Amino acid sequence: MNKLVSLFCGIIFGIGLVISQMINPAKVLGFLNLFGEWDPSLAFVMIGALIVSSPLFHLFKNKEKPIFSSSFSISNKKEIDKKLIIGSILFGAGWGLAGLCPGPAISSIALLNMSSIIFVIAMFFGFYIAKLT
Amino acid sequence: MSIINFTPISALTGGLIIGFSVFLFFILNGRMVGVSGIASNFLISKNNRIDNLLFLVGLIFGPLIYSYFTSQKIEISITNSLFLLIGGGLLVGFGTRISGGCTSGHGISGIGRFSLRSIIATITFMIVGVLTVLMKNIL
Repeated sequence: MNKLVSLFCGIIFGIGLVISQMINPAKVLGFLNLFGEWDPSLAFVMIGALIVSSPLFHLFKNKEKPIFSSSFSISNKKEIDKKLIIGSILFGAGWGLAGLCPGPAISSIALLNMSSIIFVIAMFFGFYIAKLT
Repeated sequence: MSIINFTPISALTGGLIIGFSVFLFFILNGRMVGVSGIASNFLISKNNRIDNLLFLVGLIFGPLIYSYFTSQKIEISITNSLFLLIGGGLLVGFGTRISGGCTSGHGISGIGRFSLRSIIATITFMIVGVLTVLMKNIL
């Protein structure tokens, strides 16, 4: 059942990326172009996602276990360390350079766009390099 | 600053759907959606490998299913040079793993749980993203 849920959640997430147009790097770069011609749409995507998820997380956070799994596996890291900041800076730079973050990049493989495929391959190399360090 | 191409209704609607997916993954499988984590764990870790793969397959099928049922063609525009794509991809992959999350993992799942780590990460990558685009425009 877990596997079916994973597939289903991925599909729903991907449809959300299409409807919100987050899948389009031009849209993302428009959001990051705060000091130029700004497209605030992406802020509404985040607000929409948080309006649904946040109250529901809090409503069910004391639940003993999830429906199809024996326990919740959720990060309880608290420390604000150098890795968090440096990683976020590097991610922000890459995001601003290409206009793609992991979700939309992988989703846009569906469109057989050569640019997003190249980006995703480079991103997986990035994951691997981070694992080595 | 001037505002262009603003599509609040579709952005909000898509956001609500994304939030619903994140909630379902949490309440059914007990996991938080973070696409960078799911993708890198698929690459690196044997734990939940099939689950992670299926989520990624779903991400790719989402647009196809949407196109099939709405008969709408999805238009995206990427005007980057090969150098920017590869450099950007490496930075996104490396950076998200060092900081433990991306736009979904920190920006939605983390902020949704009021995690201070995720709030700080999101503010940081947003500011750097804005500055990067600003520099690209100047240079």
